[in-house]
Amino acid sequence: MIGIEHYLTVSAALFVIGIFGLFLNRKNVIILLMSIELMLLAVNINFVAFSSFLGDLVGQVFTLFVLTVAAAEAAIGLAILVCFFRNRGTIDVEDVNVMKG
Amino acid sequence: MTVAAFTFYLFAITTVAGGLMTVISRNPVHSVLWLILAFLSSAGLFVLLGAEFVAMLLIIVYVGAVAVLFLFVVMMLDVDFAELKAEMSKYMPLALLIGVIILMQLGMAFGAWDYADAVAANVAAPTGSEQNTAALGLLIYDKYIMLFQLAGLILLVAMIGAIVLTLRHRTDIKRQNVMQQMHRDPAKSMKNINVKPGQGL
Repeated sequence: MIGIEHYLTVSAALFVIGIFGLFLNRKNVIILLMSIELMLLAVNINFVAFSSFLGDLVGQVFTLFVLTVAAAEAAIGLAILVCFFRNRGTIDVEDVNVMKG
Repeated sequence: MTVAAFTFYLFAITTVAGGLMTVISRNPVHSVLWLILAFLSSAGLFVLLGAEFVAMLLIIVYVGAVAVLFLFVVMMLDVDFAELKAEMSKYMPLALLIGVIILMQLGMAFGAWDYADAVAANVAAPTGSEQNTAALGLLIYDKYIMLFQLAGLILLVAMIGAIVLTLRHRTDIKRQNVMQQMHRDPAKSMKNINVKPGQGL
């Protein structure tokens, strides 16, 4: 029988993988953004698992909002990345130390 | 092992493996493809949990939009990824250390948690007999309409922001000048020549 613990384990593993990716790919912003998406996915799995096992639909409603924010964040992040690449010719984030275009 | 348990383990292992390969893959295009695999299999997990609408939304939004956006950017930017990846082994010990620490913290919380006494009384929207999508629709368009509109506003702001950030007006190319085109006078710009037969111009 698959209980809520199984889903929480998957979610925790995915979240830790996301953090691992943040530290592993410090220079590559694209993989950094993907790691953040993985962490948000882990949060979504948690929400849906609790929603399902407690019989409360609000968790799934909140998942919709997390999904919205994740999509908006990816779009803005990639737009900033394209801008940065046009100006600098690289996506190495270690160079990002001044807030000027 | 029942079919449900087998399906769960299949999707769970694929999700975690997809996430791990996203992070450690050398080629960013492969990373995006592994990310798509992780999203698809977690959509499978959502279906197992009975949240069909969120599962389909995950496929449409993440696989259909976000992952394709990533793929576009990875292919559009001409970046030397080998150079960026060269220092990956340098960060490996720290990353492993922090990963193990957070995993242990989550494990400690995991061994001790329990439901509160009032958990049944705190359920805000109990799952009824209607289908998942219908129930979610009743909830979103009624009780959470304000939050739903705000989510739409966030998406609008993100769309305008992305357009403003990436739009650039190039001066070194020829453009169409609509006013100039409309104010052209046929009398000034062309004339009729009566060409005599057999002579040409």
